Amino acid sequence: MFLINCPYCGERDQQEFKAGGEAHIERPKQPTELSDDEWAEYLFMRKNIKGVQFERWNHAHGCRKWFNMARDTSNDEIKAIYKMGEKPPTQ
Amino acid sequence: MRNKYSIFSLFKNALSYHENWQRAWKDPAPKKEYDAVIIGGGGHGLATAYYLAKKHNMQNIAVVEKGWIGGGNTGRNTTIIRSNYLWDASAGLYDHALKIWEGLSQELNYNVMFSQRGVMNLAHNLQDVRDLKRRTHANRLNGIDAVYLNTEEVKKFCPIINTSQDIRYPVLGGTLQRRAGTARHDAVAWGYARGADKMGVDIIQNCEVKGIKRSGDTVEGIETTKGFIKTKKIGVVAAGHSSVVANMAGLKLPLESKPLQALVSEPVKPIIDTVVMSNAVHAYISQSDKGELVIGAGTDDYISYSQKGSHQIVEGTLNAILELYPIFSRMRMLRQWGGIVDICPDASPILSKTSIKGLYFNCGWGTGGFKATPGSGDLFAHTIANDEPHKLNAAFNLNRFVSGDLVDEHGAAAVAH
Repeated sequence: MFLINCPYCGERDQQEFKAGGEAHIERPKQPTELSDDEWAEYLFMRKNIKGVQFERWNHAHGCRKWFNMARDTSNDEIKAIYKMGEKPPTQ
Repeated sequence: MRNKYSIFSLFKNALSYHENWQRAWKDPAPKKEYDAVIIGGGGHGLATAYYLAKKHNMQNIAVVEKGWIGGGNTGRNTTIIRSNYLWDASAGLYDHALKIWEGLSQELNYNVMFSQRGVMNLAHNLQDVRDLKRRTHANRLNGIDAVYLNTEEVKKFCPIINTSQDIRYPVLGGTLQRRAGTARHDAVAWGYARGADKMGVDIIQNCEVKGIKRSGDTVEGIETTKGFIKTKKIGVVAAGHSSVVANMAGLKLPLESKPLQALVSEPVKPIIDTVVMSNAVHAYISQSDKGELVIGAGTDDYISYSQKGSHQIVEGTLNAILELYPIFSRMRMLRQWGGIVDICPDASPILSKTSIKGLYFNCGWGTGGFKATPGSGDLFAHTIANDEPHKLNAAFNLNRFVSGDLVDEHGAAAVAH
């Protein structure tokens, strides 16, 4: 349980948010040309990192906007929060 | 040679104040090379080693465990055992395990306290009723015992349930599997460890795997905190940390690791002599032999390896417990904890070969792996020894995420296990 600093509403209880899983998974540009292996990779395979992971969150019980987060999954410490469309922080 | 546990050994050791019991397993240093190495000394890993040694004559093997055996999810779950799954593939897998459970204490010469006290699943809305009836029929077609109970029969089977129609989610009925029940989780790990050790398996604790060495598409061994161990076959049974080990070999798995919580109350006199689960309101409860109420909560929706979950998850479960069992309103909770569970997109496990020769994965058991421990070990040992899956775990391969032939147990099993 932790506090999340929504880029639109400020710091709120995690209970108001919905986790959206790994971020920066790009939807295939030409889906009709994808092999079954490539579809599996896109749909199912996940990095599931123990350490700093980039992920999507939604302020479901607030502004309902999506944003990105860099979080250390080994201790739930939030490293950075950045908006959709922005590049992940390098450090 | 280990002595057999019996009434006579108990009597004999009582004479020396129980100070001379032999060790149940050795504490060896790793050898340079093994025929196979199992990564992960939980119930599933130890069972795999046990059946490799017993049924496939592979005694030159090791189990490496980063902490102590049975210290992960094996020692953190709510010990529910059942096999009333919807699909044929799952029914085959889980009932195989249940059949082994029925003779396990005798086979291991170790009391795993398997208790067939029955598991009842409640229905709280019309869709639940339809789903549970469908599942009851599916179970019967697969030779698994299942009965559907109406509200009065639920009340008769477990009198402390509040079956008033005035509560928010009234009990409309339920299913009962009488062969289902519980077992003592630690004893399962210890029994398998003792049995495997007796046949020559090295159980190496406090030994963390740091890397997997490959040459091309074949495994050569593992780097550990106790040095390099050469081996041609690696079985990974690392539960919540499966993806971490897979990353060492350059593989990605269809898993997400999430915290799952459980809690126990102060011990009280016997009050509930079965296991009752409710998917719709997410509450499940049983009572341990010590008298503690054992309550399973849900998973958080975010990925985490922190072994702690959110407070509101526990709160939601306790709200549901109190509505169904008002008698527990003044119970005090003694302990609460979290474990990290590896969840597959179809809520079914993976017992499979991989694209790398000699590397096998047993993972994705999600929130309900304990019940499958003996069957999982047996079938995974078969897969490793023959380099081919057994027919009972053939459907649980990694390739199903490419072919689309998923075993979707979300409806029947994903919430409460």
